[in-house]
Amino acid sequence: MGKKTLLWLQGLSCNGNSQSLLNAENPSFYELFSRVELIFHPEISYKENILQVLEKVLSDRKKVNFLVIEGSITTNKRFHRIGDYTIGELIDRLKNKVDYIIAAGNCASFGNIPVLYREHKDIRGLQFKFKERKGFLPPDFKTKSGYPVINITGCPMHPSWFTQTLIALLEGRKVILDKYNRPKEFFMYLSHDGCLRNEYFEWKVEAEEFGHKEGCLFYNLGCRAPMTHAPCNKILWNRVSSKTRAGLPCFGCTEFDFPLRENYFETKKNIGIPEDVPLGVSKRVYITITGVAKTLKNERLSKKLEETD
Amino acid sequence: MSKGRKYSKEERKLEIVKVACKLFAKRGYYNTTIPDIAEAMGMSVGNIYNYFKSKEELAKYIMRYSSRLLGNEIRKINEEDLSTKEKVYKIVKRFFEIAEEQPELIEYFLRVFLSNREIFNEGCEGFLCVSEVITELMLFFEEGAKIGDFRQQEFFPAFTTLMGPLGGMVFLKGEGVLPKSPVEYSDELAKNIWNALKNG
Repeated sequence: MGKKTLLWLQGLSCNGNSQSLLNAENPSFYELFSRVELIFHPEISYKENILQVLEKVLSDRKKVNFLVIEGSITTNKRFHRIGDYTIGELIDRLKNKVDYIIAAGNCASFGNIPVLYREHKDIRGLQFKFKERKGFLPPDFKTKSGYPVINITGCPMHPSWFTQTLIALLEGRKVILDKYNRPKEFFMYLSHDGCLRNEYFEWKVEAEEFGHKEGCLFYNLGCRAPMTHAPCNKILWNRVSSKTRAGLPCFGCTEFDFPLRENYFETKKNIGIPEDVPLGVSKRVYITITGVAKTLKNERLSKKLEETD
Repeated sequence: MSKGRKYSKEERKLEIVKVACKLFAKRGYYNTTIPDIAEAMGMSVGNIYNYFKSKEELAKYIMRYSSRLLGNEIRKINEEDLSTKEKVYKIVKRFFEIAEEQPELIEYFLRVFLSNREIFNEGCEGFLCVSEVITELMLFFEEGAKIGDFRQQEFFPAFTTLMGPLGGMVFLKGEGVLPKSPVEYSDELAKNIWNALKNG
């Protein structure tokens, strides 16, 4: 039996997810594509001609198992075209031929930043437009494998979320999806989970500046980790770090509303009270707990870490 | 307490709280003894200690009880389908009504909790014994500012703008210098508070 095949196409995209994939480790990009035949990738395939590749695929002379889409979807040729096709037309022609469709990153998943161009309505994600199931493909669409479009969200996605999902599918393992069709294996965690600043979060000790080791970034500096589904502090970036570990707030880039918010470096508050509270608790409960924790001072957390006992 | 009916331990505890709150509010914390409370309850001194280990513990419990009661009242208003302005008017009015119905609760707050801070050092620091009221007011302000009715500011200036005048009015009543009852000033005071907090 030959290798399974993968075709990577881009819609309206900044290439961020491709760049991310090039940093993949365990398996690396090259290890992955020694197991899977990469039919075409717009940034890597310099020998192949995309139009010839598409012609073979569309005429069923080449089977595609995995269709990966990066970028938002449009059917407007003024915005995007591959030969004489728009990305939308290509997806339409390919959707029933392939076994799986994977959305790589937030643009293909939710539409993301390109949808903010309000003058043109025909820009969306594959199966979602932000949180609504009003994507390019119908809400009940499924590929031959029985899966809907599998969304690997993030701006960009972490390479491991993609490679591990792909390997699970190659191995024939069942991939459980959440309500946004993201693999639960990764997106059941919050980026808060595993954050090195959790002690500061528990005792409500705020970070005053970016880039320091001390303090929680949730209270003033805009951190979205307690309400963002992503294992960024479980599967580290480049195997070494994450935003919160480096003293930068989580921007919530794996969620549908990532580009809909403003001012990513400041916590949205009303009369000093945070507008959004951590997932799973009511605002009433959260405020009560916060008040208690703030009253009871933890001495250790009032010092620089190097100065603690 | 009326005889002939058996009270549950919880009911009796609540009764002690109400009686003690009245005595503390009237005579002051230091001028009220556990034997005084026992006498007013028609209980033995020893039996009171079955409910509260010390006078301090009782004092803290009263504060938590009052906060829960007032917090619940604000919560009801918070959950009503009213405009922010109407809620301000209603909170002010309800506060004065409670001050009239159960004057000992507010008196206790002003004359014991705020005046004898040393009693409340352990276990009642900061907002620990009044958290229900603070929580409800935080939710009230947050919601009002979120929908653009309140001007954005920090919590404490907003908090004192609302609660300061309420305490002040009840204090003046306690001093016997108010010509009318606080409830009769309710709308006028609410108007001042709304004007101070509203957006634009």
